[in-house]
Amino acid sequence: MKIKTISRSSDTYVPVRNTQESSLPRNLDPSLHPFERAREYTKALTATKLERMFAQPFIGQLGNGHRDGVYSIAKNFRTVNRIATGSGDGVIKYWDLTTRDELYSFKAHYGMCSGLVVTPTHKLLSCGHDKTIKLWKVYDENFEKEEYESESSTQGLEKTFLGEHAFQSLDHHYNDTLFVTGGATINLWDVNRSRPVSDLSWGADNITTVRFNQTETSVFASAGSDNSLILYDIRTNSPTQKIKTSMRSNALCWNPMEAYVFASASEDHNAYLWDMRNMSRSINVFKDHVSAVMDVDFSPTGQEIVTGSYDKTIRIFGYRKGHSRDIYHTKRMQHVFITKFSMDSKYIFSGSDEGNVRLWRAKANERAGPKSTRLRNKLEYDEKLKERYGNMPEIRRIQRHRHLPAVVKKAGEIKRIEIESQKRRENNERRHSKNKQYKSEREKHIVGQVHKQ
Amino acid sequence: MAVYSKDRKLNANLKRLDQQHKDAVRSAKNTEILLQEDAGFLEAEGMEKTYKFTQDSIVKEVDQATANKRFELKLEEFGPYTLDYSRNGRDLLIGGKKGHVASFDWRLGKLDCELHLNETVHAVKYLHNNQYFAVAQKKYVFIYDKTGMELHRLKQHIDSTLLDFLPYHFLLTSAGNTGFLKYHDVSTGELVAEHRTKLGPTQCMRQNPWNAVMHLGHANGQVTLWSPSMPTPLAKILACRGPVRALAVNRDGRHMVVAGADKTLKLWDIRNFKEIDSYYTPTQANTVDISDKGLVSVGWGPHITVWNFLKSHQNSPYMNHMIPSSQIQTTRFVPFEDILGCGHSKGISSVIVPGAGEANFDALEVNPYETAKQRQQTEVLSLLNKLQPDMITLDPNVIGSVDKRAPSKRLTAKDLAELQPSQPGQEIEKKIKPEVKGKNSTVRKAKRKLRQNVINERAKRIERALEKEKLLRKQKHDFSKGIQPEKDVLEGALGRFK
Repeated sequence: MKIKTISRSSDTYVPVRNTQESSLPRNLDPSLHPFERAREYTKALTATKLERMFAQPFIGQLGNGHRDGVYSIAKNFRTVNRIATGSGDGVIKYWDLTTRDELYSFKAHYGMCSGLVVTPTHKLLSCGHDKTIKLWKVYDENFEKEEYESESSTQGLEKTFLGEHAFQSLDHHYNDTLFVTGGATINLWDVNRSRPVSDLSWGADNITTVRFNQTETSVFASAGSDNSLILYDIRTNSPTQKIKTSMRSNALCWNPMEAYVFASASEDHNAYLWDMRNMSRSINVFKDHVSAVMDVDFSPTGQEIVTGSYDKTIRIFGYRKGHSRDIYHTKRMQHVFITKFSMDSKYIFSGSDEGNVRLWRAKANERAGPKSTRLRNKLEYDEKLKERYGNMPEIRRIQRHRHLPAVVKKAGEIKRIEIESQKRRENNERRHSKNKQYKSEREKHIVGQVHKQ
Repeated sequence: MAVYSKDRKLNANLKRLDQQHKDAVRSAKNTEILLQEDAGFLEAEGMEKTYKFTQDSIVKEVDQATANKRFELKLEEFGPYTLDYSRNGRDLLIGGKKGHVASFDWRLGKLDCELHLNETVHAVKYLHNNQYFAVAQKKYVFIYDKTGMELHRLKQHIDSTLLDFLPYHFLLTSAGNTGFLKYHDVSTGELVAEHRTKLGPTQCMRQNPWNAVMHLGHANGQVTLWSPSMPTPLAKILACRGPVRALAVNRDGRHMVVAGADKTLKLWDIRNFKEIDSYYTPTQANTVDISDKGLVSVGWGPHITVWNFLKSHQNSPYMNHMIPSSQIQTTRFVPFEDILGCGHSKGISSVIVPGAGEANFDALEVNPYETAKQRQQTEVLSLLNKLQPDMITLDPNVIGSVDKRAPSKRLTAKDLAELQPSQPGQEIEKKIKPEVKGKNSTVRKAKRKLRQNVINERAKRIERALEKEKLLRKQKHDFSKGIQPEKDVLEGALGRFK
């Protein structure tokens, strides 16, 4: 007879000393693991519920905010914890994000401070409705706070550029000493000169926003009040092409990862994603806002965009998704005029009409600070589970549910009905007319396209 | 590569997922070389037959640790005994018919508690770990803890003789003389479902460990499959010609073994409900159990027979054992051990069956060597991941899989009923009803006059006229709707008799 029985020695499985870890042998035979799907689903459901339980997007406001609405935020692409904000009364404040306190504030302009940007040499460039552009020296570690205590101080002011019209917007070149301003005309300036280097206007309308491409550095784009988007190249010192849309664009932002992609925030409640190589149609439409989108910003990873809207909410969209991943709002936040991702893509700043600068988490349930390996593994596993079972009705319902302000909810409902009836009408027209073509949602808003000869 | 969809992006994602799945399966397969333990076996050499080996000869051959696991408990006063092992196989719970219940660590011989209940004990069952157990007594089911303290009297479970526990759903199920199957959630204390079987006292009950469907054996030879969400059985199997005596389902949910009072022992494939094989027992079997590795133990009279017939037909059993002058009440294989526990009228005996148990346990699932701390953690985690009772279905992987049927077929029964057009005849009947303006059509007036139990020529004539009128109306309606008149098949041959 040949015989063998299972005989385990408990010494291999039971720890001898209490400092020893007990061995945990695994056996991946599926018959030892029944209800695999059902158990994973249950875990995914729990993870989704926990995510919603931990969702606390609002961190706080910076200091005591401004006295007037915040219309410009400048972030430094090379540091994480400093930003500058400019407000409607011409005051610029410089913030330390670690303490969420203001480092210094000063009155820079008479009237509104409409544009604010950090130069590659760590200086601050601001423009205003008082026809001036000012260069400030603030990004210096040795700078003493007292100098800026008094309002309308001129200490720290390095240079003033005098323009011929009120400025609406400005942006600085990635590494050269060039910057561009928008207003009644669009001008290219050199920091070392006091007069504009060139005038790049194409058409006679006001330019509301200009934005340099940070990767393909000699390209920049502008949006004007004639509903146009214009692309320029400073190597040829001329505009290259112009797109006319049905409504005005309020803001622009280039994708930091894909140099040819940019997003525009439109007055028609949508944000659009464009490919500058082919502008006959936009490559994505971000819907959900119920009022004009005032600002748009890409996350430094290029995977998400954040939009602020006149409907007093902030929305975060996946780069290739049509609807928002999340919506942020508070009772006191008024029309949002500016939103920016922080340079580590984990936070969002928003400036709104009532003068506060708010700090939000980009992922509402994420927490900063070091995590143990176990916690990190658990969070990663939960993410994967949520992704895998995200389409189950119950999980989807919990994941998508957001509390909305009554006004926004009502407006959303009305808008949905409007769009439905419009679509129905278009369908009917198409059915009963001979050559009415279907127009996709991505090209509906485009009126015309021109290339500069 | 397979093309899943016209959408290129979706297609690429699906391909990637498919590849990931394949890689996962392959790497899981590769982990087999990391398994530490080897399974047991018993092989005959030369003229020997494995079913001739006695336990005494086996005990001499095996190692000392295994030999120690062979023991007999002489408990002649309170028998016959039924028994149950905890999920990790470490503890043994025994219940004597006459009220003797004991829970102990059977390898160390350490007694947890011993109770004399002074009332009939029908069944005993450990809950999710060795800390709690349920006992089906004369009238009610009681839950005790490890120290033997009575925690709950489940007054909804009256006259239960059979108990089972679904560990992933935390459901205690009971069935018995009332013919009711009851599901009780032991984590919340709620009675989840009670189903009336309408088939008299339930003879036997076991769970399918793969999908948590309860299998009930009845006196009319039927085995019915139940889930808490359905008031009727999911399936009915006519398994034998007499009452069902015992049944068991193996751990991957493919096979069911049914022993009947007609002395048959049948192997069923319960994925497509087909009988695979049929054997017989010399007398009626009392108990059947299937081990982790697919050995089948049958207790009949004083005998225990162990078969290995799940994979192929066998002409002789794998092993035999007899406990003289006793009746086998219950046999249960010990999880993760090569041991068969056997409760009979004179006590408990533990029999060595090489090759029965799963050698390599998964410590994160069920751990026979768990410490108190690990047991507590496992308990908390399993409560967090408790499955809902309505997730019990015949196919446990139905969650998260796509229903590939056409949308029209995917609708619920109610939707389908609404969609289906009502019987064509009925519709016409409704339509061709004459508009009832008044009762005073001439024909009707005449008919009303003649409404009595007299059949005369005139009444017949009027009747015929009415009939004809109705027919004409129907024809007119059909013509307007474009319905072709039905062709009378007998027209040609029998037309002349009209």
